Amino acid sequence: MHKDFDLKIENMSKIEGHASLEIKVRNGAVESAKLIVGENKRFYEEAMRGKPFSTIPQMVSRICGTCSIAHLTCATEAIEKALDIKPSKQTLVLRKLATLGTILRDHAMHLYFFVLPDIFRKPSVFEFDKAQHKFLHDGFSLKAAGNKITKLVAGRAIHAIYSQIGYFSKVPDKSKVKETIAYLKNVREKVFDLIDVIWNCDFSFKRKTNYVALADPSFAFLEGDLIDSYGDIIKEKDFSNHLNEIVIPYSQGEGYTFKGEEYFVGALARLNVNKKSLHENTKKDLKKYLNVFPSSDIYHNNLAQAIEMLHCIDASLDYLEFEFKKEKKPEIKIKKSNGVGVVEAPRGVLYYKLSITKEGKIDFGTLVTPTAQNQIRMENDIKLLVTKLLDKPEKEIQHEVEKLIRAYDPCMTCASNFLKIKWI
Amino acid sequence: MKKLSIGIFSFTCDEGCSMQILEVFNNKFKEWENLIEIKHFRLISPRKDIEKLDVAFVEGAISTKRDLEGLKKVRETSKKVIAIGSCAINGFPSNQRNFFDKKVKQKIKPFLKKFNHLENVEPIKKFISVDGEINGCPISEDDFIKVLEDCLIEFGVKDA
Ligand code: SF4
Repeated sequence: MHKDFDLKIENMSKIEGHASLEIKVRNGAVESAKLIVGENKRFYEEAMRGKPFSTIPQMVSRICGTCSIAHLTCATEAIEKALDIKPSKQTLVLRKLATLGTILRDHAMHLYFFVLPDIFRKPSVFEFDKAQHKFLHDGFSLKAAGNKITKLVAGRAIHAIYSQIGYFSKVPDKSKVKETIAYLKNVREKVFDLIDVIWNCDFSFKRKTNYVALADPSFAFLEGDLIDSYGDIIKEKDFSNHLNEIVIPYSQGEGYTFKGEEYFVGALARLNVNKKSLHENTKKDLKKYLNVFPSSDIYHNNLAQAIEMLHCIDASLDYLEFEFKKEKKPEIKIKKSNGVGVVEAPRGVLYYKLSITKEGKIDFGTLVTPTAQNQIRMENDIKLLVTKLLDKPEKEIQHEVEKLIRAYDPCMTCASNFLKIKWI
Repeated sequence: MKKLSIGIFSFTCDEGCSMQILEVFNNKFKEWENLIEIKHFRLISPRKDIEKLDVAFVEGAISTKRDLEGLKKVRETSKKVIAIGSCAINGFPSNQRNFFDKKVKQKIKPFLKKFNHLENVEPIKKFISVDGEINGCPISEDDFIKVLEDCLIEFGVKDA
């Protein structure tokens, strides 16, 4: 069929941050599909320069409200690596808990509030019918579960206050630990209903790609080496050697290739390369669903997130049994140095490199966000999808494209900050 | 029964304050479900209704012409505008580019021009009158609950 049309979706809802999409179809072929970061750039990389290193974690936390803990933790790790600070076992446990809580809350937000309306064919959670209404309240309960963990260990779910370079300034309150454990046990079974709905929906879009994730042996989103679908193992500090930044002229964000190819980071990548490290209880209860990984179906990113939600609950229940005690602040010796931090943010690999002067100021800081890494593949998928749907009404094309973008779970708030400027 | 019609609007920021409102909903939504109508909250609904809002909660600073147009519209159509969070109230931390030195400002200039940014990033009160503020980065859950409860009473949705 030969037709020309333009499809514009402005300020898409039910994704993190502002984005719009422009698709151009000419002579029956998709000429371009542009996913535009509409979020206004706030120049965090530039703002870091010259600031004392100790202020950076709190500063970069403000890059993204929803995954603030990931930015804070990743920058903290980069500084600790640079200054040879070894966090204690307890600090690592607290850090893992803060991260598990963040991922649980973030996935709950995405799946219940952004994805379920697509599956139920409703504009938003507010229009759910009587039978579906339970999921609105489940969504709030699961979000609260993640929030409770993070609040308990880090003081706040957004812009945490207890997490410091090398230590945590407060030890979790014993009675609150108990309360949190009880709450987690109570909401755990709700996740199965969610998994069931996602499992039974017929969304599918398969295309093979390279999947890259930090293969944390305890699946706590913080440690280990990076692994890709070819089985190649890459040390955190070497990750950026394999990346190429692609400038996207129409957007306030950028894109990346890995080893010269498009690739995917996020929950689907984590399960594709590291499902064996999930919590034993999660594996036992979700065997049937875990069999689909490795998968090349982008909609399995939703399933992967739901599985990770259960894992976050199970793993947190273990870590909350830790005997927490007050610990001393580690001593910090300032020196001229560089450090790299890599963590799994809810949406995939997050990379920080910080360079510190001998006076303890940031010489330069650079970071790579998950959404920027998925940008190129996302646009290529959109193109392909629209090509397949060309004879469908425009409304349906729009709906399908939005659905696909939501499965990617992009975060435009993160994506907007890092348009690289050449410093001579 | 009359409901309080509210909108939540995000300008230049990390959306941490609106996320915090969603955290408040974890515990309060059941109670408020029949008292409030959310007419605009891009994060969770495609509904873009901004006509006749009782209360608009605005997060973020104003960095672009588009931000500014949007903000003015919100003011025109809302009875009450409440600035939420430090970005909306005093610009910080979303206004860091205001403090860059000359050299850096020169570097980012072409980018700012291309995407229609204003000379400086400003708090919302620079452009519109604001009826209330909830400070913090992010706002505290308790402060938001108090302000919303007060609005429910002020607009006659709930008895004092
Ligand atoms: S005040 Fe802080 S939490 Fe609120 S939007 Fe601004 S940066 Fe985010």
